[in-house]
Amino acid sequence: MAEPLLEIRGLKTHFSTDDGMVQAVDGVDITIGRGETVGVVGESGCGKTVTALSVLKLIAMPPGKIVAGEVLYQGRNLVPLGADEMDRIRAKDIAMVFQEPMTSLNPVYTVGEQIAEVLRRHEGLSRRDAAEKTIEMLRLVQIPNPDRRLNDYPHQFSGGMRQRVMIAMALSCSPKLLIADEPTTALDVTIQAQILELLADMKSRFGMAIMLITHAMGVVAETAQRVVVMYAGKVIEEAPVDALFANPRHPYTQGLIRSIPRIDTAATQKARLEAIPGVVPSLLNPPPGCRFAPRCRYAMAKCREAVPPLREVGGGHKVACVLVEPALEMAGR
Amino acid sequence: MSDPVQPLLRVKDLTKNFEVGGGVFGRDATVVHAVDRVSFDIAPGETLGLVGESGSGKSTTGRCILRLIEPTAGEVWFEGRNVTALDPAAFRSLCRDMQIIFQDPFASLNPRMTIGAIIGEALTIHGLAKSKQAFSDRVVQLLETVGLQADHMRRYPHEFSGGQRQRIGIARALAVEPKLIVCDEPVSALDVSIQAQVINLLEDLQQKFGLTYLFIAHDLSVVEHISRRVAVMYLGRIVEIATARDLYATPLHPYTEALLSAVPVTDPQARRRRIVLQGEVPSPINPPTGCHFHTRCPIRQLPLCATQIPPLEQKRDGHWAACHLRS
Repeated sequence: MAEPLLEIRGLKTHFSTDDGMVQAVDGVDITIGRGETVGVVGESGCGKTVTALSVLKLIAMPPGKIVAGEVLYQGRNLVPLGADEMDRIRAKDIAMVFQEPMTSLNPVYTVGEQIAEVLRRHEGLSRRDAAEKTIEMLRLVQIPNPDRRLNDYPHQFSGGMRQRVMIAMALSCSPKLLIADEPTTALDVTIQAQILELLADMKSRFGMAIMLITHAMGVVAETAQRVVVMYAGKVIEEAPVDALFANPRHPYTQGLIRSIPRIDTAATQKARLEAIPGVVPSLLNPPPGCRFAPRCRYAMAKCREAVPPLREVGGGHKVACVLVEPALEMAGR
Repeated sequence: MSDPVQPLLRVKDLTKNFEVGGGVFGRDATVVHAVDRVSFDIAPGETLGLVGESGSGKSTTGRCILRLIEPTAGEVWFEGRNVTALDPAAFRSLCRDMQIIFQDPFASLNPRMTIGAIIGEALTIHGLAKSKQAFSDRVVQLLETVGLQADHMRRYPHEFSGGQRQRIGIARALAVEPKLIVCDEPVSALDVSIQAQVINLLEDLQQKFGLTYLFIAHDLSVVEHISRRVAVMYLGRIVEIATARDLYATPLHPYTEALLSAVPVTDPQARRRRIVLQGEVPSPINPPTGCHFHTRCPIRQLPLCATQIPPLEQKRDGHWAACHLRS
């Protein structure tokens, strides 16, 4: 594989609270190639958003702190960079789209002013050129009458349209990596389909890589090439998308996929959903060993002793589970 | 609608208009047509799913049935009694039979009441506990029914996770032994692994107590899983109603088709052709004439679709749709 665009190595982001250290992200490795779409999935509190925010150093410090690890962007470690240098990376190299299109736009500026600000600041465009480019970007994300909508305020747009504005803003400086944090979660299903189609279209036009963070397995299945599954601050499985859904190896991933009611099995049979018992553990002083062990139906004594490392089991499929020993794998065949 | 069994709930031409804005003299008030002549039946022990996007009127429909919002017009019949015509006292006694579970488990529990007080409130109101002992016995029993423990009684809502709070909401609804429960997006705020726990619980309770559900949700796969029949709403009207199986296998209304095709599926082999609807749901203040869906419909034929409201007709056995072009 060529040099990856982004390489997150052993990232640990902790937050200090009155009750102690919350180990929100605890040793995460994620690699994203040029032009690749990588899905990062997991439930609330698994650390997927904190991982993304750590890449751009957008977490509040304090209470947050990147206590270990590296974020290599084109081989350059972003973690030690100062505010000015990070500012140059943001937008021009790595841009972000947030979940809430209602709160991530400034309500007192028109959308045109907000997009133009990015262009003038990062691309050094004149006022006039920035306005022209803004119209072009709004047209690209299929906002009708862009030359007039430019002067509208965020509240004059619907949720789906606001998300288009966010995408236009993020792509205005042609970043090489777009981090999309739950970009369709707040939207209705038909609007979600429009936004996913737009992202795919933008990707084929600009060729950027996408780190797609979501809790929706279906969205990942249809958009990503590779999927990273997170649980309680750690990566527990990683695989090419088809392999992950056809043959999930980690008991958590298996449980997650089976707990979703599936529309495509409507005509066949309705099985009872397989729920995962229990709840996500607290990340304040988590117990030693595999963090999924308390909810895992296959858990044994060994699982509670040490954290199983993420190991390749073949074909780019990596799993962090004692049950899936690479050696056992060979013997089993 | 052609059920031979006497329905538990019959909703007939239910309509709710909200007035917004409006001057002091109410002359220039604008009317939002939230629910527009909605009719359906639910048989005893059945689950009817009600799906639609934001603003389709599904939650308003649920609330009008319980008269949490007074309907503008139309009738709601429960076990042969006209709910909409009852006086407050008679309606209150009927409340025992009809309960609701809300979407947001964080907003629907009073943070200053203990779990015991929340679950037991209805027992007191309806005089269902004869003594203190009977009261706490019943609360413990309810907690255990929904998979919580007796000692949770003295705790407060903030001590519980989202899934547990939703269980508390379910226990509260069960306290008065209702026949019908309106489930208004009961799992949309929950993570998938917890969502499955709550869905399974609702199914178990239905079996155990013979409950009837009106299950309102925007997630089509959840609705398909739990419902026997499903009604699809668009801009205040029901556009299609059929058994879950028929609706998902052979949708008749082009809106249902588009809605189903928009759901992302996890099986890479099962991917279908996607119909991406253009534009957005129009405003219910000034909805399109004729068929509400004609402005976004991929198969529309003007002028018919723009001028005439398509009636909700039985196109196949038990399969109703409101479309001029599909038979």
